[in-house]
Amino acid sequence: MSKQDNPGMICLNVQRGVGGSETRVQRYELPEGAAASLLDGLRWVREHLDDTLAFRYSCINANACKECMMLLDGKVVYACLARLQPGVEHTVAPLANKARIRDLVSEIAPVKERFGAAGDDDEQ
Amino acid sequence: MKTVNIETDVLVIGAGGAGMSAAIAASGSGAKVVMVDRSLIGRGGATIMAQMTVAVALGEQVPDAWQRHYADTLKAGRGLCSEPLARLLCESGVDAIRQMDRWGVGWARDGERLVQAQAPGHDRPRCVYVDYLNTGPAVAKTLRTQVAQDDRIQRLGDILVVDLLVEQGQVVGAVALHLTTGDALLIQASATIVATGGLTRLYKRNSASLNMGGDGYALALRAGARLIDMEFVQFFPIGHLAPRLVGFDPIMWDPFRYKLGGRLLNGLGEEFVEKYGHAAEREGYTVTRDAATYAILKEVEAGRGSPAGGAYLSFQHVPEATLRKAFGPIIDKLAAQGIDLTKAPIEVAPIAHYHMGGIRVGVDMSTDIEGLYAAGEAVGGANGANRLSGNAITEAITFGFQAGRSAAAHARSGQRVAADRLVELAGPALALLETAPVPAPSINVAALIAGLQAVMQTHVGPFRTEAGLGRALEEIASIKRKLGEALPGGDGPQDPVRLDALDLRNMLLVAEAVTRSALARRESRGAHQRDDFPGMDEAWTLNQLLGWRDGHWMLETRAVERLPVEDVATDDESQGVRT
Repeated sequence: MSKQDNPGMICLNVQRGVGGSETRVQRYELPEGAAASLLDGLRWVREHLDDTLAFRYSCINANACKECMMLLDGKVVYACLARLQPGVEHTVAPLANKARIRDLVSEIAPVKERFGAAGDDDEQ
Repeated sequence: MKTVNIETDVLVIGAGGAGMSAAIAASGSGAKVVMVDRSLIGRGGATIMAQMTVAVALGEQVPDAWQRHYADTLKAGRGLCSEPLARLLCESGVDAIRQMDRWGVGWARDGERLVQAQAPGHDRPRCVYVDYLNTGPAVAKTLRTQVAQDDRIQRLGDILVVDLLVEQGQVVGAVALHLTTGDALLIQASATIVATGGLTRLYKRNSASLNMGGDGYALALRAGARLIDMEFVQFFPIGHLAPRLVGFDPIMWDPFRYKLGGRLLNGLGEEFVEKYGHAAEREGYTVTRDAATYAILKEVEAGRGSPAGGAYLSFQHVPEATLRKAFGPIIDKLAAQGIDLTKAPIEVAPIAHYHMGGIRVGVDMSTDIEGLYAAGEAVGGANGANRLSGNAITEAITFGFQAGRSAAAHARSGQRVAADRLVELAGPALALLETAPVPAPSINVAALIAGLQAVMQTHVGPFRTEAGLGRALEEIASIKRKLGEALPGGDGPQDPVRLDALDLRNMLLVAEAVTRSALARRESRGAHQRDDFPGMDEAWTLNQLLGWRDGHWMLETRAVERLPVEDVATDDESQGVRT
């Protein structure tokens, strides 16, 4: 599949890696109409292309849980609210100001609500 | 050698409305509490998704009594409500909802009085709410604040409980996966409360969050506790179907109907609900959820569905000024996505919304197994075959308080097992978690979950047949074989493959519980509709109890628990009221 053949194709270039290790960019190509929101797109990728891609969310589509924050084309978004543009090359990355845990999952829990984080109050 | 990582009097699993309420009450009774959640504290689960109604007999608009609410709950439950549980919900719900008001939840007010909206199935306006569509977030925030101010409650997110530990018929702790590191955790607790919500994630179309895969039911089953009435999955009739909406909960149209009515139309633009023996829609939004689900799906089956396979919901007759007054900011958000309710209808269809069945408990929320309690949607029986609108949050908070008090009392008398014995009990669960990652696995766990959701939607949805349910059991077995005994994944922190594999392990067990219960109930009642056994059968006015021991299912029927009529009789004052 190439963009010439599929002008509506959605391309996600996702920054991946575990913790502070090296970051690599993985490219995923989604057919036209596969996803409206970024979260839909990432879920489509997991079901169809690569189930090892890590991102976090809870409420799926209601923007109630506020867990799915990440960077889309350099901007902080909620993945469930951000719309994907057909034919566009998107870059997707974890939050820049939080520690990366894996792929798009950042440490977003308040310090007091983390196991084993007693005394670790760098973000409060 | 593994050691105990967390020690507590009361372990609460799940930090939604029920879990947080349970933690507050357990602490209030003097217990040290650890509340864990697989996600963030107070942000996952179903409570935060609730948009509007919370039913409780406050009598703010018109005189009311909990007995009236109780009578409506029993009527909606089609004869299967466990009456002691329904009574607890309706009677203690009054104090619970007042307590939320004192904690500053911000129930909508009309001057001095709380506003109580009319909702389907209620004999009078009874539902409080928080504007705009903010009931769930406000309830969750209020409880989060209470929990955070309580030094006896330790909150720990990103912890997935994998199995409960049972010593001589008593739950004594749990093994969990710490998602942030990928490490196994050993938790010692004198009492444990399952507050993990329902199972709607089993279905392809649902209004749930990711966390609602029925994991609490699986934990309870494997620990030896029985479940009740697992066949009753409530489908919410008017879940959003089309056009695609981003960032809205699919049950969003319900509050619109409470405030504005709205017209439900088939693909030909005709009103149809009254064809199925219900009051016409112009009489108001009165048809119950099971009846509306039935009517919509029968229209679709007859080839009279909307283009996307549901029904139209139209607000075109409502003046724009009225729409704005009721839902101002929401109307703007809809406009941003190209939806103008004055110009076109939207399309809706039934989606899995709530589970009436669940863990069997006594009125103190104790399960069959000593030391194990349940709260909220995880509990089965209070709502019978069909839940009345607005009962879910009331149930979450009321049952949470009750479970917290009971578990704290148990913890005071309960004995803890020695640490080395706990490690021994944890052996099988720890071994499961220590399964090494499979290099280049041949299965996609996310796709297996989607496959299970499709099977459940098709064969164990609102309409069921013996053939379809049999097919579902075969498909479930086939997915189980594909998953295998070992768990895929296991590669460090936040491994989505391992997380899905653990979820799927639970979902398969719970899917089978629902399917087997549905197969056994050879009648149609409330949310359980059998095309091959249409109509309610009086002889089936029974609950079903389901246990699971050593890989074998044990299903039995039991008479519905009743209360003496004089205990729940309505007082004269409210009986005389006409609304």
